[in-house]
Amino acid sequence: MSGLLDSLRQLPRYRGLIQSLVARELKARYRGSVLGFFWSFINPLLLLLVYTFVFTVVLPGGWDEKLGPRALFLFCGLLPWTWFSSSLIESSNVLISSGNLIKKVMFPAEILPIVSVLSNLVHFLFGLIILVAFLIYYHAPLQLSELVWFPAVVFVQLLLTLGLALILSAMTVHFRDIKDILANVLTLWFFATPIIYPMSQVTDPASPTAHWAKLLINLNPFTHLAISYQEILFYPGPFGHWKWLVALGVASAILFLFGYFLFDRLRDSFAEEV
Amino acid sequence: MNAIELVNVTKVYRRYGRRKQFATLKSALLKGSLIQDLQPDETFPALQGVSFEVAAGKTYGIIGRNGSGKSTALKLVAGITKPTSGTVTVRGRISALIELGAGFHPEISGRENVFINGIMLGLSKREVARRFDEIVAFAELQQFIDAPVKTYSSGMYMRLGFAVAIHVDPDVLLVDEVLAVGDEGFTHKCLDKFGEFKRRGKTILLVTHSLGLVERLCDEALWLDRGNVRSAGDPKRVVGAYLTDVEHSEEKELAAEDAKMTDETSAAASSGQAAPGGVEGASGAGAPGSAEDMARADEGRWGSREIEITDVTLKGQDGQGSHVFQSGERIAVHLHVRAHQPTNDFVFGIGLYSAEGVTCYGTNTDMENFQAEEITGDGEVTFTIDSLDLVEGTYKLDVAVHKRDGYPYDYHRLLYTFRVKSRSSEVGIYRPKHRWQFSANIKFAPRA
Repeated sequence: MSGLLDSLRQLPRYRGLIQSLVARELKARYRGSVLGFFWSFINPLLLLLVYTFVFTVVLPGGWDEKLGPRALFLFCGLLPWTWFSSSLIESSNVLISSGNLIKKVMFPAEILPIVSVLSNLVHFLFGLIILVAFLIYYHAPLQLSELVWFPAVVFVQLLLTLGLALILSAMTVHFRDIKDILANVLTLWFFATPIIYPMSQVTDPASPTAHWAKLLINLNPFTHLAISYQEILFYPGPFGHWKWLVALGVASAILFLFGYFLFDRLRDSFAEEV
Repeated sequence: MNAIELVNVTKVYRRYGRRKQFATLKSALLKGSLIQDLQPDETFPALQGVSFEVAAGKTYGIIGRNGSGKSTALKLVAGITKPTSGTVTVRGRISALIELGAGFHPEISGRENVFINGIMLGLSKREVARRFDEIVAFAELQQFIDAPVKTYSSGMYMRLGFAVAIHVDPDVLLVDEVLAVGDEGFTHKCLDKFGEFKRRGKTILLVTHSLGLVERLCDEALWLDRGNVRSAGDPKRVVGAYLTDVEHSEEKELAAEDAKMTDETSAAASSGQAAPGGVEGASGAGAPGSAEDMARADEGRWGSREIEITDVTLKGQDGQGSHVFQSGERIAVHLHVRAHQPTNDFVFGIGLYSAEGVTCYGTNTDMENFQAEEITGDGEVTFTIDSLDLVEGTYKLDVAVHKRDGYPYDYHRLLYTFRVKSRSSEVGIYRPKHRWQFSANIKFAPRA
């Protein structure tokens, strides 16, 4: 345990390195494309366009118009989900793709999954700018008392994502097929999260399996993040989900520590296994 | 004070069995062997109880064959891997020239890569900025520093990596066989930089196959052999011991090869003898023995065996059988011959070829006007070259006994291999005895 604390204490020392690696990721990603950095804005916009097209033209219905504009609802969940899922997919591969760093240089390996998560966070923040434009366009019922919760939600998601990223990146070194399993698990996870449908639909008491479905979806940590984003940005009324969010925050902190502990334990095997 | 200390360090690499190679998470979960699969099946000791220390400010060389654990030792010192047992202590900032440009991102410019690489190696952003111009000048990349690294040639890439690593200003510099990075000029620059490090009292740990460099640069040397320390101390002595050992094992290899060759060909020849028409037919059709034919034929053994060469030994200066000779030493080829019936028509011949098949020398007793009178029973023939004036390389030998008209009694084609060693690195085949003379106004530094 003291080893874990020592390693954690080292983290702030790598601030400069993390910063420049995140900057490098962002610069390198769009290098060579015509639109360059604008892709950070265009990507979420296109994603939203696809989902809006699907749910208004291809599969209309299943949406209570009283709730508000469906496109805005979709956006509130899709944007954080994209951050979450791309972070996990990238970090599951990051130790292997940066094998020469781990094998040939003294390099604090935990920085690699952290950089993956943080560079995707930056993309998420850019996407927020588009989201704000939508909020204004739709005259969303924003309240300052709710908005102060927003950074907390982002922070909880960051902890959760970091914890999972550390575990996945360390495990993938030993089990390469996690990469392939992960893509499918994430698809399932996406549909098991109230992102494209509102939670109120799941809890419809008319459905016989509602009880089980509700339990299952409540056990999904991302449910509470998605609902939190939706309550803050989309639904009118006060932020009622905060108890769930606090509980999830505690769980995420524990997960992060566990992830770091596991990563630390497996660290010595990386240079030989990558 | 010691900058580097290794005390009884053992490093065991895990080797996984076939089962592990195809293991998947799924199968691990199904069989419940998740934990078990993380345990190694087999282990391979890369270093076994190695201890050495490098005093601060000294240059220390590690030599040894491939797979002897040199790079593992360097990685342990660098902290990239941890020892299985024993302790590794390093005092001061380390920079490891193990893989140059590790961590360069191909898509971004050399400039940005210099910054990130420098920060990775432990500099702050400001420190990199201060050294930036010097780094670029050292790498000789002023014109290309803003181009993406993916457009660099491998030499440019390595030079930039080297320049960054060496400007980290480490207290301990670890170098793994990286001097082959650039052209001659750049190599000299690197060596100068090492010299400067030495003068400034920095510690250098050098892993290399370039023995000359170890002798020239190092204060002390260590010879690793299959994970064990074979010898340590004065570089000249360690390099000498290492070279002797390499000769010995080459000797063994060549001897084994020779034995295999002669076994194979004598087996083939005896089966040929069972059908005597075969040999006769061959000699009639191809007329082996004509000079042209000899040069073209592959290794092997043929002939009617009325006179047989039963044994061939190469002997060195000390009279001992050997397969490795120093250039300029004496070499003697001993033939043991047996005449199954007395005859007066016989010629002994010797041919010497380089590994590429170039005829270095060929002669026989007939060419040298020995008049054959009689051979009976068993006998010995010795062919001695007093000074083997060949440059370093591998050479092959023909020995033969045949009639004056070329009809072969016993022809051994390229069956014997030996190596010539030389401490200098001249090129060519023939190394004539020579000397240089200079007038008084042409001066050289005295040679070591």
